[in-house]
Order: sequence, then C-alpha cells, then structure tokens
Amino acid sequence: MVDLMAAGPAQGILPLDVAGFSIRAADVGHLTHVAPFAGQAAALDGALRAAHGLGWPAPNRSLDAAPGRIIWFGREAAMLIGPAPGAALADHAALADQSDAWAAIEVQGAGIEDVLARLVPVDTRLASFGQGHTLRSQIQHMNGSITRLGPDRVLFLVFRSMAATLVHDLQEAILGLG
Amino acid sequence: MRLACPICGTRDRREFYYKGDAVALARPDPDAGAAAWDSYVHLRDNPAGQVRDLWHHEAGCGAWVVVTRDTVSHAVLDVALARPEAGGVQ
Repeated sequence: MVDLMAAGPAQGILPLDVAGFSIRAADVGHLTHVAPFAGQAAALDGALRAAHGLGWPAPNRSLDAAPGRIIWFGREAAMLIGPAPGAALADHAALADQSDAWAAIEVQGAGIEDVLARLVPVDTRLASFGQGHTLRSQIQHMNGSITRLGPDRVLFLVFRSMAATLVHDLQEAILGLG
Repeated sequence: MRLACPICGTRDRREFYYKGDAVALARPDPDAGAAAWDSYVHLRDNPAGQVRDLWHHEAGCGAWVVVTRDTVSHAVLDVALARPEAGGVQ
C-alpha cells in the first residue's frame, strides 16, 4: 500500500501575507452539515446545547463555544465546525460529514471591510455585519459562506475546488485597495 | 434590482436565479385532463402589470421564493417563501 498524505485544499498556496493582510488556511476540524428533520428544530437546539454548548443558529448568525462553532448555512441548514457531532444530534437532524468538501480560509487585517466591500454584494461593515454574524452570498462570482470572527478577522468557506480562486480574488481585492 | 429574501434580507439580484411563472406551485392532479395539463405546461400570460414568478436564492440561503412584481413600473411588490401551505408542492 502506498503511503498517502493528506493535502489541505490550499496546500502550496497558503499562508500568504499581502499588504498587511494575512491569509491562512483555517484549521477547522470536522465540518458537519446539519439539517433538522421536519418539526425537530427545537429538539435539535437542545441537543446542540447538551452536546456542544451551542444551539441552533438564527439566519445570518453563528454561535461560538470553543472548541466548536455552528454557522447558519442556508434555509434550515447549519454547519457544525470543529468537533465531531454528538451522537444525539442524529436523532433530530440529517448529518453529513463535509470536512473534505470545503476550503476554510481565514483573513485577518485592519481594513478588512474594504476587502469585503470589493468582493461581497452585501453590507459587511461592522455595524451591520458584526461578531456572531454570518452570510451566504457571493465572493466575486463564487457562492460561499462568510463569517465574522472579529473586528478584523473573517472566515470564508468555499467549495474545496475553488480554494485557489478565492485566494486569487482576495489578493486582487487587497492589492486593489492601493 | 434588489429582492428582499424573507430569510436573508434584501439582496442583490445577482444572488437569485429566475425560474419562471409561479404556476409551477399549482401542479394539476395527474388525472386533471389534457386541458389543465396543457395550460400548466405551455400556456402563459404575458401581462403588462403584476406577475408572480419563482426565483431561487441560489447564492444565498437556497430558498425558493415567489416574487410579485410589476413589469411596467419594475416595482417589487412582495417576496414570499414558496411553501407547501402557500400552494407549493410537498
């Protein structure tokens, strides 16, 4: 048997430092897509609290309880990030392990809102997109998930195959700031 | 053009994909007869005025929404989730 080595989605591209911004592959652990069964949202909320100290996120919101985080991911869907899902979650929701399907890329730097403004067609200023907020929208022409981690830190999730495109778009946006 | 997604909030039109007349939410019974099915599949009004269309919030939450809009004034009058209880399919 050949010894296979796991490669991250952005291996060979990241980390990068561009004009005061740091672009890093985020070490997110497990990514579990969680979709509650019909009428089970409240029970799932309880199961998430018990297993991970989290809860079911409202639309456009994320919840953080180290080492776990759950981000709203669409209509009646969320992404559990970090730990493997507690067994009880499966009683209330369809769980899909998507750990290898997404590129998770974190960008940090003062003025990140100017970068977001060039890439995302939504108001992402701190006043309307603060800590604990998340979005499903487009990054350039690419569907993705954007989560505010801090005043100058943002987590992007895009399809794994699009990691290089995201890094390119981020670089172009940053360099375009002048 | 901006559409107020009931889940995500007001978003740019580029996040949405247009499907067509919201007649797709009123599928006839299998035995409704040829006339009903002919109308459902082929016959569309083309009004100068209000239309009800299905749009997919493709780059957002993934919801199907029914957009009521005026083709004369371009006003968007209503955006509602396409739900079974609103005449959608199960």
